[in-house]
Amino acid sequence: MSLNDLYQETILDHGRKPRNRRKLDSFTHEAQGHNPLCGDEIHLRLNVKDGVIVDVAFEGCGCAISTASASLMTMELKGRKVEEAEALFEKFQLHLRNEKVADELGEVECLVGVAAFPERIKCAILPWHAFRAAMAGDQLRVISTEGDNAGKD
Amino acid sequence: MSTFAESVRAQFPILDQQVHGKPLVYLDNAATTHRPLVVRQAMDNFYAETNSNVHRGVHCLSQRATEQFEASRDTVAKFINARESAEIIWTKGCTEAINLVAATWGRANLQAGDQVLCSNLEHHANLVPWQMIAAEKGAKVVPIPISDDCEILLDELEKLLQTPTKIVCVKHVCNATGTVNPIEEITRLAHLHGAKVMVDGAQALAHVPVDVQSSMVDFYAMSAHKVYGPMGMGALYGRREHLEAMPPYQGGGDMIRTVSFEGTTFNEIPNKFEAGTPYVPGAIGFAAALDWLNSMDMAGMWFEEAELLDYATQMLEDLPGFRIIGKAKKKTAILSFVHESIHPHDMGTILDRAGVAVRTGHHCCMPLMKRMGVPATSRASLAVYNTNQDIKVLIDGLKEAVALFQ
Repeated sequence: MSLNDLYQETILDHGRKPRNRRKLDSFTHEAQGHNPLCGDEIHLRLNVKDGVIVDVAFEGCGCAISTASASLMTMELKGRKVEEAEALFEKFQLHLRNEKVADELGEVECLVGVAAFPERIKCAILPWHAFRAAMAGDQLRVISTEGDNAGKD
Repeated sequence: MSTFAESVRAQFPILDQQVHGKPLVYLDNAATTHRPLVVRQAMDNFYAETNSNVHRGVHCLSQRATEQFEASRDTVAKFINARESAEIIWTKGCTEAINLVAATWGRANLQAGDQVLCSNLEHHANLVPWQMIAAEKGAKVVPIPISDDCEILLDELEKLLQTPTKIVCVKHVCNATGTVNPIEEITRLAHLHGAKVMVDGAQALAHVPVDVQSSMVDFYAMSAHKVYGPMGMGALYGRREHLEAMPPYQGGGDMIRTVSFEGTTFNEIPNKFEAGTPYVPGAIGFAAALDWLNSMDMAGMWFEEAELLDYATQMLEDLPGFRIIGKAKKKTAILSFVHESIHPHDMGTILDRAGVAVRTGHHCCMPLMKRMGVPATSRASLAVYNTNQDIKVLIDGLKEAVALFQ
């Protein structure tokens, strides 16, 4: 696996110009995701009506992988049913663990190269953890990729 | 290749390897240095020839182990010019050394409303233990401001010291920026206002001279693995009068004089602070690392390190889009930087594929990152074995990152 497999043109494009990076004023669910190892932070908000994700947007800063992942995720989630979105997350995780699944991943497909860079899987998955946390609770939830650890110098 | 790097390279066979098909360029020395063969041999020899528990043993091996263990303490004491070896307490690292002071001196001396000063440069290890004990005692931890170049503002420190202060906590050399702090001047100011001084010396021992008598510091914490010694080993220097007045740290064997259910009395320093079987080969390895440094012309070695840092700084400043974080007038061995559009985490991955090991992140200095307005930096940190060629490979890797992200 070369760097070009990780940093595909689509990822670089979404890293540079993330879609749906804005503040969502009208929303039903939200969560904050934090990767203390690299300082990545994402604040995700979703507007869910009758089990469908009507709108979704994020704010925050991070590396190219987490930013692109957030951007691609929001594109993929918009208009989907919540349970479809959750199923997609499961498939995405299987891909990242190198367990091939038959189904296509849509917009998220270009991120599967991350599987060859285990140290970067957390970056790709951070926005999805924020999504899951947002759906799990009505209050503002903060999730971390590192549990309670704050990393080493 | 520089003279020193050339002469010591054979002591570090670990450097002769490839990562991702590229020759390893190790620039993560502020996280941990590698260990020369002499250190590994000294530790192995202990287990091979001497292995026995220290103190109170009447048999030959135990006495030999005790002699080596205490001789190692002498080596550390001499290296930092402590008055006596009893002022050196073994710990499992720099972090434990600071926690020891916070948990014992801090618990005995801090009271509600007291002020503790920690510089804005501090590593979490010289901040969080103070926050913990301050919370317990109702004391407050106040930051000492720094300049945009990452230097402690001494006039601001003086102003803060107008409020009665119990202890001033600073690092000797900053792990995130390379700033060498004027610990003599900081100590002079602190003492003038009746405050003690806790110095985190983790990054200092390998790169600058340390003299605890001339600097007059009260406590000085050390880490062996950042000065070519073993991981899991460190030491605390404390002035005798402080150590004697402090309550013990952990309870157990070795730290007592007599034990009974009616009452227990404690040992003399340093043993009072060393409960349980210590990491004897760690102490021996630590001393072997310092002996190895002593066997070289350290002033010459540091001069070459400074030249290499200048070279790296110049090369980086010539690259468009990069910004160095930490431009103190006096700094050593560490180059922290950010790029205008490439996140450090991406930079770290790209450099890794080029064989270059750097660290990316907040370097356990989250308040410093916040002060500098960056989420993280990439950090190249140098050691005696690094060369101009290593810097060239680093710079080529950075250019590759820029090309990839264009």
